[in-house]
Amino acid sequence: MGAYLVRRFGLMLLTLFGISVIIFVLLRLVPGDIVDILFDSAGMVNPAEKLKIQQDLGLDKPIPVQYAAWIGGLMHGDLGYSYVSEKPTLSEILPRLPITAKLAGMALGFAVLIGVPLGVISAVRQNSWVDHVLRVISLAGLSMPSFWLGLLILMGFVAAFGTLPIYTEPPKTMLDGFLLLAVPAAAVGFRSSALVMRLTRSSMLEVLRQDYIRTARAKGASPGAVNFNHALRNAMLPVVTVIGIEAAFLIGGLIVTETVFNIPGVARFLVEAIRWRDYPIVQNLVMFIAVVVVVMNFLVDMLYAVLDPRIKYSD
Amino acid sequence: MHPFMKALTVACVTLGLTIASGLAGEPKSGGILKMYHRDSPASASIMEEATYSTLTPFMGVFNNLVLYKQDVPQNTLDSIEPELATSWSWSADNKTLTFKLRTGVKWHDGKPFTAKDVVCTMDQVRGKSTTNPLRKNPRLAWYQNVTDVTANGDDEVVFTLARPQPSLLALLASGYGPMYPCHVSARDMRVAPIGTGPFKFVEFKANESIKLTRNPDYWKPGRPYLDGIEFTIIPNRSTALLAFVAGKFDMTFPTEVSVPLLKDVMAQAPQAICVLAPQNVSSNVIINRDKPPFDNADIRRAMALTIDHHAFVDILSEGKANIGAAMLPGPEGVWGMPDEMLRKLPGYDPDVEKSRAEARKLMEKSGYGPNNRLKVKISTRNIPTYRDPAVILIDHLKHIYIDGELDVVETANWDAKVSRKDYVVGLNLTGSAVDDPDQNFYENYACGSARNYAGYCNKDLQALFDKQSQITDIEARKKLVWEIDAKLQEDIARPIIYHLRSATCWQPYVKGYSPMVNSSYNGYRFEGVWLDK
Repeated sequence: MGAYLVRRFGLMLLTLFGISVIIFVLLRLVPGDIVDILFDSAGMVNPAEKLKIQQDLGLDKPIPVQYAAWIGGLMHGDLGYSYVSEKPTLSEILPRLPITAKLAGMALGFAVLIGVPLGVISAVRQNSWVDHVLRVISLAGLSMPSFWLGLLILMGFVAAFGTLPIYTEPPKTMLDGFLLLAVPAAAVGFRSSALVMRLTRSSMLEVLRQDYIRTARAKGASPGAVNFNHALRNAMLPVVTVIGIEAAFLIGGLIVTETVFNIPGVARFLVEAIRWRDYPIVQNLVMFIAVVVVVMNFLVDMLYAVLDPRIKYSD
Repeated sequence: MHPFMKALTVACVTLGLTIASGLAGEPKSGGILKMYHRDSPASASIMEEATYSTLTPFMGVFNNLVLYKQDVPQNTLDSIEPELATSWSWSADNKTLTFKLRTGVKWHDGKPFTAKDVVCTMDQVRGKSTTNPLRKNPRLAWYQNVTDVTANGDDEVVFTLARPQPSLLALLASGYGPMYPCHVSARDMRVAPIGTGPFKFVEFKANESIKLTRNPDYWKPGRPYLDGIEFTIIPNRSTALLAFVAGKFDMTFPTEVSVPLLKDVMAQAPQAICVLAPQNVSSNVIINRDKPPFDNADIRRAMALTIDHHAFVDILSEGKANIGAAMLPGPEGVWGMPDEMLRKLPGYDPDVEKSRAEARKLMEKSGYGPNNRLKVKISTRNIPTYRDPAVILIDHLKHIYIDGELDVVETANWDAKVSRKDYVVGLNLTGSAVDDPDQNFYENYACGSARNYAGYCNKDLQALFDKQSQITDIEARKKLVWEIDAKLQEDIARPIIYHLRSATCWQPYVKGYSPMVNSSYNGYRFEGVWLDK
């Protein structure tokens, strides 16, 4: 197990190095020059002023030198300055991270808390009207774009309550913060919950047909014990994998939801930074997301062993 | 729009605003004005940007030497009043402009404002500052006639001009004419600006919010009325308007309510006060005359002839937008030519079919026809206000054997692309900060100007630019301006399709705000705005 962990950790570092190169190169392959874009709001490009800005930002240096400067800075905790706001990258990213983290956590919690129980119910009541209704809801969840759902929710709020659950100022209490994020979290988590529900259902159906489930029932175990203790635990393996992947994919949904609900999180900030080709922000933020995804995958692999004791990682 | 209807509209707007302010009663102090902002500005430095995304939130931080009266909707030379200057005077030869400056004015950091600050600011915008240059200088073309700016003690400043230019005052009175402090770097002005204005800068969180607070030491007694202004940045227009309807904001972002959206707002928030006015922004066609076959004047003329201006106005603005040439048409615009003159220009004849028949003849003369159609990419910015008219333009070009293919360009790359002439035919929007020929002609049509995207250059006409610029008699100047504008349309310098019109809305308790009807760039000092709550 120890050797496996070391090997896995080494692989993680290699993956992150590869990602850093890809991020760096791809960003510079995207059409549009940061300095040209800085001039967009001035409605003109002055070649002399452009050259000066390029020199000031270090963009006149060769790409490998720029890459080395970035990685060197990262190693020392220096993430550089935003090209647009001219503020330290860290001070731009850090205040936004907890907002998105909370939103993502709540959305994921919503997806699991709604998706898993409904998936179990749907499987246990296969082909009943409950199953049909839940399958229609899950299909709707998968096919509804989150920006559309978000706008519908906003319009519904204005029509029904005459107010709007959008972020116009920082919440004053924890409860305010929870309530403010609950609606967008539900909007973005709805799609994930549908996916989790469908996967739980199909996984449960497969497990419920296994011999050991029949044996458990024959031994007189209660339906609850059979479904949750024996079936669900084994059915959860593929679901946990999907939840892990979904956590990474959630960022896509968050971009839209943060825009529609006007939440000042990192997801929307990232899109704006890409629009401006704000390299320091994009590079560091994507790198951060990559670290989160890689670590999540690592944790999911470790969770397999907890969920299924038969799984052993050989040295 | 019929001239009578236009006149009636302006009269109604002016009367409405006058009545509204008259009924408002005694101004009350206090309260925070809450507005949404349409996007995150690139920086806080008005001098370095050319968009009212920067101007609107930060104009209240500054003062100009002179300023358009904020309660007069139409900007004219007569509506200019002193601000940091107390008076101005012209020399007998109209080549020297002297400003007496207000004393006792302090920057927000407590340092005194002096004539040296005016000299520093003017050096920056004229590209002469070596110690503290601007990173970007979009209005370099505005001040080319200013040869020198000198301080005469702390309280007087003298502008020396190469030739007379009465409209220099109009340029200085624009929202783009703030005075910057000598002692603050251009970089700091982009991040945390310091001014002498009614509001102090508090914070600018990119993509989130901009906050200003009342300047308690403001030199104008009793102003501003507001305790502060808060802008929440909401790029999603649907969310922003829903929030306004739900009462989360006191005002919409200026000019952000299009004609179709205005109907929604009025239906959902009938109490809101909305003013629909021209933005002094034109939708126009830019043709790269260096790229064959568009170096052929006949083809360019044919393209202008096929434009059905009324179709654009009816489809895109439900008949509300204005048709005009380079200068904003009247009655809101001061310098627009009369309709009878306009109708004689290529493409403005009400008989569109007749114009198109003439256009087809020109195309046939150039070797094109039904069996040999000209294929061209029509480039435009990938946002609706650009894309929608571009689609209609493609349809109009089909009538004269031109098959256009829409080439949408990511919005952030647009200005750079057209600046380096990396396009063949484009659909562009051009905003004029000041309703004055000096600003429009020199910026958009002068040889070598950075914003002359079409690369049009006519030395004879440029001499006329200089000539009109020197005329002090407004009526005489107008006649020459019309002549120049007509020549620009005859030369197909940058065919103007229509002039945009859009609305600004606010809640009824917001008092003392007066939207400008011939510029979207000059009316955001907000020192006279108050909340009747």
